[in-house]
Amino acid sequence: MAQAPISSGSGAATLDGPPPTYAVEARGVRMAFGDTVVLDDVDLLVEEGTVFALLGPNGAGKTTMVDILATLLEPDAGAVRVAGHDVASDADGVRHAIGVTGQFSAVDDLLTGEENLRLMADLRHLGRIPGRERVRDLLGRFGLEEAAQKPVATYSGGMRRRLDLAMTLVGDPRVIFLDEPTTGLDPRSRRTMWDIIRELVTDGVTVVLTTQYLDEADELAHRIGILDGGRIVAEGSPNELKRRLPGGHVELRFSDHDAMDAASVLLDGAPADAETLTLQVPGDASVAFVRDLLNKLDGAGIGVEALSIHEADLDDVFFALTGHPTHLEVQP
Amino acid sequence: MSQLSYALPDSATMLRRQIKHLLRYPAMTVLLVGMPIVFLLLFVYVFGGQLGTSLAPGHGVGGASRTAYLNFIVPGILLMTVAAAANGTAILMAMDMTKGIVARFKTMAIARASVLTGHVLGSVIQALVGVAVVIGVSLAVGFRPRGGPLAWLAAVGVVAAFAFALAWLAVALGLSAKSVETASNTPMVLTLLPFLGSGFVTTASLPAGLRQFAQYQPFTPVTDTVRGLLRGGAVGSHAVVGLAWSAGIALVSYLWATRLYDHRRVGA
Repeated sequence: MAQAPISSGSGAATLDGPPPTYAVEARGVRMAFGDTVVLDDVDLLVEEGTVFALLGPNGAGKTTMVDILATLLEPDAGAVRVAGHDVASDADGVRHAIGVTGQFSAVDDLLTGEENLRLMADLRHLGRIPGRERVRDLLGRFGLEEAAQKPVATYSGGMRRRLDLAMTLVGDPRVIFLDEPTTGLDPRSRRTMWDIIRELVTDGVTVVLTTQYLDEADELAHRIGILDGGRIVAEGSPNELKRRLPGGHVELRFSDHDAMDAASVLLDGAPADAETLTLQVPGDASVAFVRDLLNKLDGAGIGVEALSIHEADLDDVFFALTGHPTHLEVQP
Repeated sequence: MSQLSYALPDSATMLRRQIKHLLRYPAMTVLLVGMPIVFLLLFVYVFGGQLGTSLAPGHGVGGASRTAYLNFIVPGILLMTVAAAANGTAILMAMDMTKGIVARFKTMAIARASVLTGHVLGSVIQALVGVAVVIGVSLAVGFRPRGGPLAWLAAVGVVAAFAFALAWLAVALGLSAKSVETASNTPMVLTLLPFLGSGFVTTASLPAGLRQFAQYQPFTPVTDTVRGLLRGGAVGSHAVVGLAWSAGIALVSYLWATRLYDHRRVGA
């Protein structure tokens, strides 16, 4: 389920109304580590007050992109502005405006939850009294009052993530980067995290998140950029991306490998899953398409054990665009 | 602009963090202070009676020689304590670099070097606490310095300056280490240097080659300065050479450390 975008949300150009202001403007970003090109001419525009999801498999370059936007890495080429400040010439200006929650927890294990937040309040130079208030406020908002005096080393995974995000919010950042915010969380903690992110956007904050979970991007993002092999291979609202495919796919299950392989060859190398003996055939889920498909298989003498029809979702978009479905996980 | 104006408060914040770490993880401090004390007792009670004979001529093996040797090696043991604290600092710095929290610091508009300054100041405090404990143990087993209060103050100042220099070196070594294990091994050399200097024997007693190394390595002038001050004797050029070493090591290590910190990507 995609939600309606808050602003007009159609990328670079709007036909009427004031031109959109961008919280993140990155153009022509290139980055290589040694001979490995990690980002290859990436453009990224994120409107203020929206959620942008960078979606892609492991190794697509998501974390590198976030590190560049968060002033942790200098790109080899490209112009990047965050919250109106240039990351190269005014990194501190960017740092004043942003909050970052990295992929690996950025909390201090030897300190208590409250001390971690106090540390952030001190480093944000909030002053003693306002700092205390902010810390108390965040402990309450993230359900951490009871654990406030306990060392973070004793926290559960979900609690650590909540503290991590709370620390990011201490300075009231206008732009927040979340690198895989729900990876490794149980479904309930993941829901809580989604609610928190939605709340932030209601307050006018811009969120850029990376995820390898299609449902997460679908759930949260106004716009999605699909990153694969260091390039943005598609960009748009969840609905726009889904519209790019006329339909969903048909899943065929076979009784043995030989039948599956034969069918895969017959159907132009439809992606096969050897473990479940299934093939995914992209295409619209119309009766005519299914009839044609079965006729073709019958004609070649290949028996199908079971068949299921899937409406289009972002998985299909991803398969169609990148051609390697198996690298991407869907959370249970 | 913010870099300069926040340098003091941010370093103070990072120092508070560092002190909390040291208090929550006291095992390391105990180990680092315990090692020089073991050496002190070992050298005084096992070797001291024999090694001290040349220091207390005419008294033979035993009592008076042992006390003379104790009075001789306390400065060396103090510098060993400082070196051990630096060793611990390298480990803590390397551990910090494997944690996401340092990446978070880098994305915040804070004085950039403050993380490092926190480590350095924490290390100096840890070293001075260790030095105080070692002096206490030394006094308890019969160390009798003759220097007055001013000489004591000067000795503590010289030790603190050296601790400051070694702390920056340790931070740089911790940052340059590829792993926490490397960070714990490389600076171990520092704890050996008092032996290869004037800490436990006079440099004149060493064979050629080693003698030259001992005479010109930084621990020697610092040891000799502290020894002179605590004995109430002359310090001479040792103090100048020792302080110059401290200033030089601190400056070079500071430049090296900040450069490493800026360029190293945080993470495993």
